[in-house]
Amino acid sequence: MIINHPLLGPCDAQEFIYKGDARLIDRPDGMIEGAEAAFFDYAYLRDNPAGQHRELWFHEQGDRSWLVVTRNTVTHEITHVELARDVARKSGQSA
Amino acid sequence: MPYSGFRVIKEALSGHKGWTPAWRDPEPKPHYDIIIIGGGGHGLATAYYLAKEFSQHKIAVIEKGWIGGGNVGRNTTIIRSNYLLDGNEPFYEFSLRLWEGLEQDFNYNAMVSQRGILNLIHSDAQRDAYIRRGNAMLLNGADAELLSVEQVRREYPFLNFEDARFPIKGGLAQRRGGTVRHDAVAWGYARGADSRGVDIIQNCEVTGFRIENGQCKGVETSRGFIGAAKVGVAVAGNSSRVMAQAGMRLPIESHVLQAFVSEGLKPVLPGVITFGAGHFYCSQSDKGGLVFGGDIDGYNSYAQRGNLPVVEDVIEGGMALFPGLGRVRLLRMWGGVMDMSMDGSPIIDRTHIDGLYFNGGWCYGGFKATPASGWCFAHLLATDTPHPTATAYRFDRFEKGRMIDEKGMGAQPNLH
Repeated sequence: MIINHPLLGPCDAQEFIYKGDARLIDRPDGMIEGAEAAFFDYAYLRDNPAGQHRELWFHEQGDRSWLVVTRNTVTHEITHVELARDVARKSGQSA
Repeated sequence: MPYSGFRVIKEALSGHKGWTPAWRDPEPKPHYDIIIIGGGGHGLATAYYLAKEFSQHKIAVIEKGWIGGGNVGRNTTIIRSNYLLDGNEPFYEFSLRLWEGLEQDFNYNAMVSQRGILNLIHSDAQRDAYIRRGNAMLLNGADAELLSVEQVRREYPFLNFEDARFPIKGGLAQRRGGTVRHDAVAWGYARGADSRGVDIIQNCEVTGFRIENGQCKGVETSRGFIGAAKVGVAVAGNSSRVMAQAGMRLPIESHVLQAFVSEGLKPVLPGVITFGAGHFYCSQSDKGGLVFGGDIDGYNSYAQRGNLPVVEDVIEGGMALFPGLGRVRLLRMWGGVMDMSMDGSPIIDRTHIDGLYFNGGWCYGGFKATPASGWCFAHLLATDTPHPTATAYRFDRFEKGRMIDEKGMGAQPNLH
Protein backbone atom coordinates (compact mmCIF):
# COMPACT_ATOMS: atom_id res chain seq x y z
CA MET A 1 0.00 0.00 0.00
CA ILE A 2 1.17 3.54 -0.80
CA ILE A 3 0.17 6.34 1.56
CA ASN A 4 0.13 9.77 -0.07
CA HIS A 5 1.63 11.86 2.73
CA PRO A 6 0.31 15.46 2.65
CA LEU A 7 3.83 16.89 3.12
CA LEU A 8 6.16 14.24 1.69
CA GLY A 9 4.17 12.73 -1.16
CA PRO A 10 3.73 8.99 -1.81
CA CYS A 11 5.37 6.76 0.86
CA ASP A 12 5.42 2.98 1.27
CA ALA A 13 3.11 1.85 4.10
CA GLN A 14 6.05 -0.13 5.51
CA GLU A 15 7.54 3.16 6.76
CA PHE A 16 4.53 3.53 9.06
CA ILE A 17 3.32 2.01 12.31
CA TYR A 18 -0.42 1.27 12.40
CA LYS A 19 -2.35 2.40 15.46
CA GLY A 20 -6.01 1.80 14.57
CA ASP A 21 -9.31 3.67 14.49
CA ALA A 22 -8.85 7.47 14.26
CA ARG A 23 -11.48 7.89 16.98
CA LEU A 24 -8.55 7.33 19.36
CA ILE A 25 -7.86 11.06 18.84
CA ASP A 26 -11.07 11.82 20.74
CA ARG A 27 -9.76 10.90 24.15
CA PRO A 28 -12.42 11.38 26.84
CA ASP A 29 -12.02 13.87 29.66
CA GLY A 30 -10.95 11.93 32.75
CA MET A 31 -12.70 14.38 35.08
CA ILE A 32 -16.22 14.11 33.67
CA GLU A 33 -19.13 12.22 35.18
CA GLY A 34 -19.05 8.62 33.87
CA ALA A 35 -15.37 8.86 32.85
CA GLU A 36 -14.80 5.20 33.74
CA ALA A 37 -17.38 3.96 31.24
CA ALA A 38 -16.16 6.44 28.64
CA PHE A 39 -12.58 5.17 28.98
CA PHE A 40 -13.67 1.52 28.76
CA ASP A 41 -15.43 2.38 25.51
CA TYR A 42 -12.44 4.40 24.29
CA ALA A 43 -9.77 1.82 25.13
CA TYR A 44 -11.52 -1.42 24.20
CA LEU A 45 -14.51 -1.11 21.86
CA ARG A 46 -14.20 -0.63 18.11
CA ASP A 47 -16.61 -0.14 15.20
CA ASN A 48 -14.36 -2.33 13.02
CA PRO A 49 -16.26 -1.60 9.78
CA ALA A 50 -16.00 -3.48 6.50
CA GLY A 51 -15.55 -0.57 4.08
CA GLN A 52 -14.41 3.00 4.71
CA HIS A 53 -12.23 3.27 7.83
CA ARG A 54 -10.49 6.37 9.20
CA GLU A 55 -7.34 5.22 10.94
CA LEU A 56 -4.11 6.46 12.50
CA TRP A 57 -0.74 5.73 10.92
CA PHE A 58 2.55 6.97 12.48
CA HIS A 59 5.38 7.79 10.05
CA GLU A 60 8.05 6.24 12.24
CA GLN A 61 10.69 5.84 9.53
CA GLY A 62 9.91 9.24 7.99
CA ASP A 63 9.02 12.59 9.48
CA ARG A 64 7.41 11.04 12.60
CA SER A 65 4.08 12.69 11.90
CA TRP A 66 0.75 11.08 12.73
CA LEU A 67 -1.65 10.77 9.79
CA VAL A 68 -5.37 10.09 9.53
CA VAL A 69 -5.77 7.77 6.53
CA THR A 70 -9.17 6.96 5.04
CA ARG A 71 -8.87 3.44 3.67
CA ASN A 72 -11.30 0.79 2.51
CA THR A 73 -10.82 -2.34 4.63
CA VAL A 74 -12.31 -4.58 1.91
CA THR A 75 -10.21 -3.36 -1.04
CA HIS A 76 -7.26 -1.68 0.81
CA GLU A 77 -7.82 1.42 -1.39
CA ILE A 78 -6.69 4.68 0.26
CA THR A 79 -8.86 7.65 -0.67
CA HIS A 80 -7.84 10.45 1.69
CA VAL A 81 -4.83 11.32 3.86
CA GLU A 82 -4.57 14.23 6.28
CA LEU A 83 -2.30 15.24 9.15
CA ALA A 84 -3.69 13.99 12.47
CA ARG A 85 -2.66 17.37 13.95
CA ASP A 86 -5.15 19.16 11.69
CA VAL A 87 -7.89 16.66 12.51
CA ALA A 88 -7.25 17.05 16.25
CA ARG A 89 -7.27 20.86 16.04
CA LYS A 90 -10.57 20.84 14.16
CA SER A 91 -12.18 18.69 16.87
CA GLY A 92 -10.72 20.86 19.63
CA GLN A 93 -8.43 18.08 20.94
CA SER A 94 -5.23 20.03 20.26
CA ALA A 95 -4.16 23.67 20.54
CA MET B 1 -24.37 -45.66 7.59
CA PRO B 2 -20.97 -45.40 9.37
CA TYR B 3 -17.76 -45.19 7.39
CA SER B 4 -15.30 -48.07 7.84
CA GLY B 5 -12.58 -49.96 6.03
CA PHE B 6 -15.07 -52.79 5.49
CA ARG B 7 -17.47 -50.41 3.79
CA VAL B 8 -14.77 -49.06 1.47
CA ILE B 9 -14.07 -52.61 0.30
CA LYS B 10 -17.78 -53.38 -0.07
CA GLU B 11 -18.36 -50.23 -2.13
CA ALA B 12 -15.28 -50.92 -4.25
CA LEU B 13 -16.75 -54.30 -5.17
CA SER B 14 -20.15 -52.83 -6.04
CA GLY B 15 -19.01 -49.94 -8.23
CA HIS B 16 -19.19 -47.25 -5.52
CA LYS B 17 -22.93 -46.88 -6.10
CA GLY B 18 -23.87 -46.95 -2.40
CA TRP B 19 -22.31 -43.65 -1.28
CA THR B 20 -24.77 -40.93 -0.40
CA PRO B 21 -24.20 -37.21 0.34
CA ALA B 22 -22.57 -36.74 3.74
CA TRP B 23 -25.19 -34.21 4.81
CA ARG B 24 -28.65 -33.09 3.63
CA ASP B 25 -29.51 -29.73 2.07
CA PRO B 26 -32.75 -28.90 3.95
CA GLU B 27 -35.06 -25.93 3.57
CA PRO B 28 -35.12 -23.73 6.68
CA LYS B 29 -38.00 -24.44 9.08
CA PRO B 30 -39.94 -21.48 10.56
CA HIS B 31 -38.66 -22.08 14.09
CA TYR B 32 -35.79 -23.84 15.87
CA ASP B 33 -34.82 -24.27 19.51
CA ILE B 34 -31.24 -23.19 18.76
CA ILE B 35 -29.76 -21.46 15.71
CA ILE B 36 -26.01 -21.30 15.21
CA ILE B 37 -24.89 -18.55 12.85
CA GLY B 38 -21.74 -19.57 10.99
CA GLY B 39 -21.07 -22.93 9.31
CA GLY B 40 -17.35 -22.97 10.03
CA GLY B 41 -15.44 -25.32 12.28
CA HIS B 42 -16.63 -23.73 15.52
CA GLY B 43 -20.29 -23.42 14.48
CA LEU B 44 -20.52 -26.98 13.17
CA ALA B 45 -18.71 -28.34 16.24
CA THR B 46 -21.16 -26.45 18.45
CA ALA B 47 -24.16 -27.96 16.66
CA TYR B 48 -22.58 -31.43 16.79
CA TYR B 49 -21.92 -31.33 20.54
CA LEU B 50 -25.32 -29.74 21.25
CA ALA B 51 -26.99 -32.70 19.60
CA LYS B 52 -24.62 -35.40 20.81
CA GLU B 53 -23.48 -34.37 24.29
CA PHE B 54 -26.23 -32.03 25.48
CA SER B 55 -29.27 -33.84 24.01
CA GLN B 56 -30.64 -30.73 22.33
CA HIS B 57 -33.13 -30.97 19.45
CA LYS B 58 -34.34 -28.71 16.64
CA ILE B 59 -30.96 -27.13 15.88
CA ALA B 60 -29.96 -25.29 12.70
CA VAL B 61 -26.61 -24.01 11.43
CA ILE B 62 -26.97 -21.02 9.10
CA GLU B 63 -24.12 -20.24 6.73
CA LYS B 64 -23.98 -17.36 4.25
CA GLY B 65 -21.77 -19.26 1.78
CA TRP B 66 -20.76 -22.90 1.90
CA ILE B 67 -19.70 -24.71 5.06
CA GLY B 68 -16.00 -24.70 5.86
CA GLY B 69 -15.35 -21.88 3.39
CA GLY B 70 -13.87 -19.44 5.90
CA ASN B 71 -11.00 -19.78 8.32
CA VAL B 72 -11.35 -23.53 8.91
CA GLY B 73 -10.30 -23.86 5.26
CA ARG B 74 -7.60 -21.18 5.47
CA ASN B 75 -5.37 -22.03 8.45
CA THR B 76 -2.04 -23.82 8.87
CA THR B 77 -3.73 -26.89 10.48
CA ILE B 78 -1.67 -26.91 13.69
CA ILE B 79 -2.99 -28.29 16.99
CA ARG B 80 -1.25 -27.75 20.33
CA SER B 81 -1.91 -26.74 23.94
CA ASN B 82 1.26 -24.84 24.84
CA TYR B 83 -0.22 -21.79 26.54
CA LEU B 84 0.97 -20.10 29.72
CA LEU B 85 -1.97 -18.47 31.48
CA ASP B 86 -4.56 -20.12 33.72
CA GLY B 87 -7.48 -18.73 31.72
CA ASN B 88 -6.20 -20.39 28.55
CA GLU B 89 -4.18 -23.55 29.23
CA PRO B 90 -6.96 -25.79 30.66
CA PHE B 91 -9.21 -24.87 27.73
CA TYR B 92 -6.59 -25.66 25.07
CA GLU B 93 -5.60 -28.89 26.83
CA PHE B 94 -9.29 -29.89 26.83
CA SER B 95 -9.29 -29.15 23.10
CA LEU B 96 -6.21 -31.28 22.48
CA ARG B 97 -7.81 -34.19 24.35
CA LEU B 98 -10.90 -33.88 22.17
CA TRP B 99 -8.68 -33.88 19.06
CA GLU B 100 -7.13 -37.14 20.28
CA GLY B 101 -10.47 -38.95 20.19
CA LEU B 102 -12.15 -36.94 17.48
CA GLU B 103 -12.02 -39.30 14.51
CA GLN B 104 -13.53 -42.22 16.43
CA ASP B 105 -16.06 -39.88 17.98
CA PHE B 106 -17.47 -38.48 14.74
CA ASN B 107 -16.55 -41.43 12.49
CA TYR B 108 -14.63 -39.39 9.94
CA ASN B 109 -10.98 -39.45 8.91
CA ALA B 110 -9.66 -36.03 9.92
CA MET B 111 -6.03 -37.24 9.63
CA VAL B 112 -5.17 -36.13 13.17
CA SER B 113 -1.39 -36.55 13.28
CA GLN B 114 0.39 -36.05 16.61
CA ARG B 115 3.77 -35.45 15.05
CA GLY B 116 4.80 -32.96 17.75
CA ILE B 117 5.42 -29.24 17.85
CA LEU B 118 8.78 -27.67 18.70
CA ASN B 119 9.20 -24.03 19.79
CA LEU B 120 12.84 -23.13 19.23
CA ILE B 121 14.90 -21.23 21.80
CA HIS B 122 17.47 -18.64 20.72
CA SER B 123 18.58 -16.93 23.95
CA ASP B 124 18.98 -17.59 27.67
CA ALA B 125 16.04 -15.30 28.50
CA GLN B 126 13.87 -17.19 26.07
CA ARG B 127 14.89 -20.50 27.66
CA ASP B 128 13.76 -19.16 31.05
CA ALA B 129 10.44 -18.09 29.56
CA TYR B 130 9.91 -21.46 27.86
CA ILE B 131 10.79 -23.38 31.04
CA ARG B 132 8.11 -21.38 32.81
CA ARG B 133 5.65 -22.06 30.02
CA GLY B 134 6.49 -25.78 30.02
CA ASN B 135 5.91 -25.92 33.78
CA ALA B 136 2.54 -24.18 33.38
CA MET B 137 1.62 -26.79 30.78
CA LEU B 138 2.64 -29.68 33.05
CA LEU B 139 0.66 -28.19 35.95
CA ASN B 140 -2.43 -28.27 33.73
CA GLY B 141 -1.97 -31.90 32.71
CA ALA B 142 -0.44 -31.21 29.29
CA ASP B 143 2.88 -32.64 28.15
CA ALA B 144 6.00 -30.52 27.71
CA GLU B 145 9.63 -31.38 27.25
CA LEU B 146 12.67 -29.11 27.26
CA LEU B 147 15.18 -30.15 24.59
CA SER B 148 18.89 -29.36 24.53
CA VAL B 149 20.43 -28.13 21.31
CA GLU B 150 21.91 -31.63 20.75
CA GLN B 151 18.45 -33.19 20.99
CA VAL B 152 17.03 -30.63 18.55
CA ARG B 153 19.94 -31.30 16.19
CA ARG B 154 19.19 -35.04 16.16
CA GLU B 155 15.56 -34.44 15.13
CA TYR B 156 16.00 -31.43 12.84
CA PRO B 157 19.59 -31.57 11.53
CA PHE B 158 18.88 -29.21 8.61
CA LEU B 159 18.07 -26.12 10.72
CA ASN B 160 20.45 -23.16 10.87
CA PHE B 161 21.97 -23.83 14.31
CA GLU B 162 24.96 -21.49 13.97
CA ASP B 163 23.11 -18.40 12.75
CA ALA B 164 25.27 -15.44 13.89
CA ARG B 165 22.34 -13.44 15.23
CA PHE B 166 19.82 -16.09 16.33
CA PRO B 167 21.67 -19.36 17.06
CA ILE B 168 19.43 -22.24 18.18
CA LYS B 169 19.93 -22.97 21.90
CA GLY B 170 17.31 -25.66 22.39
CA GLY B 171 13.56 -26.01 22.24
CA LEU B 172 10.31 -26.63 24.06
CA ALA B 173 8.58 -29.66 22.59
CA GLN B 174 4.99 -30.76 22.93
CA ARG B 175 4.90 -34.29 21.52
CA ARG B 176 1.10 -34.50 21.52
CA GLY B 177 0.80 -31.45 19.26
CA GLY B 178 0.61 -31.88 15.52
CA THR B 179 -1.53 -31.27 12.47
CA VAL B 180 -5.03 -32.14 11.26
CA ARG B 181 -6.64 -32.22 7.81
CA HIS B 182 -8.53 -28.95 8.31
CA ASP B 183 -11.38 -29.30 5.76
CA ALA B 184 -12.17 -32.78 7.07
CA VAL B 185 -12.81 -31.25 10.50
CA ALA B 186 -15.64 -29.13 9.07
CA TRP B 187 -16.96 -32.04 7.01
CA GLY B 188 -16.77 -34.52 9.88
CA TYR B 189 -18.62 -32.22 12.26
CA ALA B 190 -21.18 -31.38 9.56
CA ARG B 191 -21.85 -35.04 8.83
CA GLY B 192 -22.03 -35.91 12.52
CA ALA B 193 -24.41 -33.03 13.25
CA ASP B 194 -26.58 -33.74 10.21
CA SER B 195 -26.94 -37.41 11.11
CA ARG B 196 -28.24 -36.30 14.54
CA GLY B 197 -30.93 -34.15 12.97
CA VAL B 198 -29.21 -30.75 12.75
CA ASP B 199 -30.31 -28.72 9.70
CA ILE B 200 -27.29 -27.25 7.92
CA ILE B 201 -28.60 -24.38 5.81
CA GLN B 202 -26.08 -23.02 3.33
CA ASN B 203 -26.35 -19.91 1.11
CA CYS B 204 -28.41 -18.23 3.80
CA GLU B 205 -27.01 -14.92 5.04
CA VAL B 206 -28.16 -13.37 8.29
CA THR B 207 -29.25 -9.77 7.63
CA GLY B 208 -30.54 -8.88 11.09
CA PHE B 209 -31.76 -10.02 14.48
CA ARG B 210 -35.36 -9.77 15.66
CA ILE B 211 -35.04 -8.41 19.21
CA GLU B 212 -38.18 -7.61 21.24
CA ASN B 213 -38.03 -6.30 24.81
CA GLY B 214 -34.39 -7.30 25.18
CA GLN B 215 -35.10 -10.85 23.99
CA CYS B 216 -33.76 -12.33 20.75
CA LYS B 217 -36.64 -13.99 18.89
CA GLY B 218 -34.79 -15.14 15.79
CA VAL B 219 -32.87 -13.97 12.75
CA GLU B 220 -33.77 -12.22 9.51
CA THR B 221 -32.00 -13.93 6.63
CA SER B 222 -31.72 -13.77 2.87
CA ARG B 223 -34.20 -16.68 2.89
CA GLY B 224 -36.71 -15.09 5.25
CA PHE B 225 -37.23 -14.88 9.00
CA ILE B 226 -36.25 -17.90 11.09
CA GLY B 227 -37.42 -17.97 14.69
CA ALA B 228 -35.37 -19.41 17.55
CA ALA B 229 -35.40 -19.58 21.33
CA LYS B 230 -31.61 -19.18 21.39
CA VAL B 231 -29.17 -17.83 18.80
CA GLY B 232 -25.43 -18.52 18.96
CA VAL B 233 -23.05 -16.49 16.82
CA ALA B 234 -19.79 -18.19 15.72
CA VAL B 235 -18.56 -16.11 12.79
CA ALA B 236 -14.98 -15.19 13.76
CA GLY B 237 -13.54 -12.75 11.23
CA ASN B 238 -16.93 -11.14 10.73
CA SER B 239 -17.99 -10.91 14.39
CA SER B 240 -18.14 -7.11 14.46
CA ARG B 241 -20.33 -6.98 11.33
CA VAL B 242 -22.81 -9.56 12.58
CA MET B 243 -23.02 -8.27 16.15
CA ALA B 244 -23.45 -4.68 14.89
CA GLN B 245 -26.83 -5.91 13.60
CA ALA B 246 -27.72 -6.50 17.25
CA GLY B 247 -26.43 -3.02 18.15
CA MET B 248 -23.24 -4.26 19.82
CA ARG B 249 -19.68 -2.93 19.52
CA LEU B 250 -17.03 -5.53 20.28
CA PRO B 251 -13.49 -5.42 21.70
CA ILE B 252 -12.32 -6.81 18.36
CA GLU B 253 -10.59 -5.66 15.16
CA SER B 254 -10.53 -7.74 11.96
CA HIS B 255 -7.06 -8.34 10.56
CA VAL B 256 -5.70 -10.35 7.64
CA LEU B 257 -3.32 -13.27 8.21
CA GLN B 258 -1.49 -14.87 5.30
CA ALA B 259 -0.39 -18.48 4.89
CA PHE B 260 1.66 -20.31 2.29
CA VAL B 261 2.22 -23.76 0.85
CA SER B 262 5.14 -24.97 -1.24
CA GLU B 263 5.29 -27.56 -4.00
CA GLY B 264 5.12 -31.17 -2.79
CA LEU B 265 8.37 -32.60 -1.45
CA LYS B 266 9.45 -35.98 -0.10
CA PRO B 267 9.22 -36.15 3.72
CA VAL B 268 11.70 -33.65 5.15
CA LEU B 269 10.06 -32.01 8.15
CA PRO B 270 8.96 -34.55 10.79
CA GLY B 271 6.92 -32.20 13.00
CA VAL B 272 5.83 -28.59 13.43
CA ILE B 273 8.62 -26.06 14.08
CA THR B 274 8.32 -22.45 15.19
CA PHE B 275 11.05 -19.82 14.99
CA GLY B 276 11.58 -18.13 18.36
CA ALA B 277 13.29 -15.01 17.04
CA GLY B 278 10.84 -14.03 14.32
CA HIS B 279 7.35 -14.97 13.34
CA PHE B 280 7.56 -18.15 11.26
CA TYR B 281 6.05 -21.60 11.74
CA CYS B 282 6.14 -24.55 9.40
CA SER B 283 4.96 -28.12 8.99
CA GLN B 284 4.78 -30.55 6.10
CA SER B 285 1.41 -31.76 4.88
CA ASP B 286 0.78 -35.41 4.07
CA LYS B 287 0.76 -34.41 0.39
CA GLY B 288 4.31 -33.12 0.87
CA GLY B 289 3.83 -29.36 0.71
CA LEU B 290 5.55 -27.24 3.32
CA VAL B 291 2.76 -25.27 5.02
CA PHE B 292 3.95 -22.11 6.70
CA GLY B 293 2.85 -18.75 7.98
CA GLY B 294 3.88 -15.75 10.02
CA ASP B 295 2.41 -12.62 11.48
CA ILE B 296 -0.75 -10.70 10.59
CA ASP B 297 -0.37 -7.79 8.17
CA GLY B 298 -1.17 -5.42 11.02
CA TYR B 299 -3.94 -3.15 9.68
CA ASN B 300 -7.72 -3.63 9.76
CA SER B 301 -8.79 -5.74 6.79
CA TYR B 302 -11.69 -7.85 5.55
CA ALA B 303 -9.95 -8.56 2.24
CA GLN B 304 -8.93 -12.25 2.65
CA ARG B 305 -5.67 -11.28 0.95
CA GLY B 306 -2.60 -9.52 2.27
CA ASN B 307 0.30 -7.50 0.93
CA LEU B 308 3.90 -8.20 -0.03
CA PRO B 309 5.81 -6.72 2.96
CA VAL B 310 4.54 -9.51 5.24
CA VAL B 311 5.28 -12.12 2.57
CA GLU B 312 8.87 -10.89 2.59
CA ASP B 313 8.96 -10.88 6.40
CA VAL B 314 7.71 -14.49 6.63
CA ILE B 315 10.14 -15.74 3.99
CA GLU B 316 13.04 -13.95 5.70
CA GLY B 317 12.14 -15.66 8.97
CA GLY B 318 11.94 -18.98 7.16
CA MET B 319 15.31 -18.51 5.49
CA ALA B 320 16.97 -17.51 8.76
CA LEU B 321 15.78 -20.74 10.39
CA PHE B 322 15.63 -23.21 7.53
CA PRO B 323 17.98 -22.17 4.68
CA GLY B 324 16.96 -25.14 2.51
CA LEU B 325 13.60 -23.42 2.07
CA GLY B 326 15.26 -21.13 -0.47
CA ARG B 327 15.38 -23.96 -3.03
CA VAL B 328 11.68 -24.69 -2.74
CA ARG B 329 9.06 -23.12 -5.00
CA LEU B 330 5.98 -21.52 -3.53
CA LEU B 331 2.77 -23.07 -4.79
CA ARG B 332 0.01 -21.02 -3.22
CA MET B 333 -0.58 -18.23 -0.71
CA TRP B 334 -3.82 -16.94 0.72
CA GLY B 335 -5.28 -14.77 3.47
CA GLY B 336 -7.93 -15.19 6.12
CA VAL B 337 -9.68 -12.61 8.28
CA MET B 338 -8.99 -12.88 12.02
CA ASP B 339 -11.01 -11.57 14.96
CA MET B 340 -8.14 -9.88 16.81
CA SER B 341 -9.33 -9.23 20.35
CA MET B 342 -7.99 -6.62 22.75
CA ASP B 343 -6.03 -9.13 24.86
CA GLY B 344 -5.33 -11.85 22.30
CA SER B 345 -7.81 -14.30 23.88
CA PRO B 346 -11.29 -15.39 22.79
CA ILE B 347 -14.81 -14.70 24.09
CA ILE B 348 -17.47 -17.39 24.73
CA ASP B 349 -20.27 -15.68 26.61
CA ARG B 350 -23.87 -14.55 26.82
CA THR B 351 -24.65 -11.04 25.62
CA HIS B 352 -26.82 -8.42 27.35
CA ILE B 353 -29.63 -9.56 25.01
CA ASP B 354 -31.53 -12.61 26.32
CA GLY B 355 -31.20 -15.59 24.00
CA LEU B 356 -28.21 -14.18 22.09
CA TYR B 357 -24.85 -15.85 22.68
CA PHE B 358 -21.42 -15.06 21.26
CA ASN B 359 -18.32 -17.05 20.34
CA GLY B 360 -15.42 -15.19 18.71
CA GLY B 361 -12.22 -13.22 19.13
CA TRP B 362 -10.06 -16.23 18.28
CA CYS B 363 -7.17 -14.14 16.95
CA TYR B 364 -5.02 -16.53 14.98
CA GLY B 365 -5.48 -19.49 17.29
CA GLY B 366 -8.95 -20.60 16.32
CA PHE B 367 -8.29 -23.83 14.48
CA LYS B 368 -6.68 -25.75 17.35
CA ALA B 369 -9.53 -24.59 19.58
CA THR B 370 -12.28 -25.96 17.33
CA PRO B 371 -13.42 -29.00 19.39
CA ALA B 372 -13.29 -27.28 22.79
CA SER B 373 -14.82 -24.11 21.40
CA GLY B 374 -17.73 -26.13 20.04
CA TRP B 375 -18.09 -28.11 23.27
CA CYS B 376 -17.90 -25.07 25.55
CA PHE B 377 -20.26 -23.00 23.38
CA ALA B 378 -22.70 -25.93 23.32
CA HIS B 379 -22.40 -26.13 27.12
CA LEU B 380 -23.21 -22.42 27.43
CA LEU B 381 -26.15 -22.61 25.00
CA ALA B 382 -27.62 -25.74 26.59
CA THR B 383 -27.11 -24.95 30.28
CA ASP B 384 -26.71 -21.13 30.39
CA THR B 385 -23.53 -21.63 32.42
CA PRO B 386 -19.95 -21.53 31.16
CA HIS B 387 -17.98 -24.76 30.80
CA PRO B 388 -15.40 -25.08 33.63
CA THR B 389 -12.49 -24.59 31.19
CA ALA B 390 -14.03 -21.47 29.60
CA THR B 391 -15.07 -19.41 32.62
CA ALA B 392 -12.48 -16.70 31.88
CA TYR B 393 -13.68 -15.99 28.33
CA ARG B 394 -16.16 -13.33 29.43
CA PHE B 395 -17.24 -10.15 27.68
CA ASP B 396 -16.77 -8.06 30.82
CA ARG B 397 -13.16 -9.05 31.46
CA PHE B 398 -11.91 -5.88 29.73
CA GLU B 399 -14.12 -3.66 31.87
CA LYS B 400 -13.13 -5.53 35.05
CA GLY B 401 -9.42 -5.64 34.30
CA ARG B 402 -9.30 -9.44 34.04
CA MET B 403 -7.51 -9.65 30.71
CA ILE B 404 -5.95 -12.92 29.51
CA ASP B 405 -3.00 -11.32 27.78
CA GLU B 406 -0.51 -14.09 26.85
CA LYS B 407 1.84 -11.61 25.17
CA GLY B 408 1.36 -8.72 27.60
CA MET B 409 0.74 -6.27 24.77
CA GLY B 410 -2.32 -4.43 26.10
CA ALA B 411 -5.27 -3.17 24.11
CA GLN B 412 -3.48 -3.11 20.75
CA PRO B 413 -4.99 -5.95 18.67
CA ASN B 414 -2.38 -5.98 15.90
CA LEU B 415 0.37 -6.80 18.43
CA HIS B 416 -1.21 -9.99 19.79
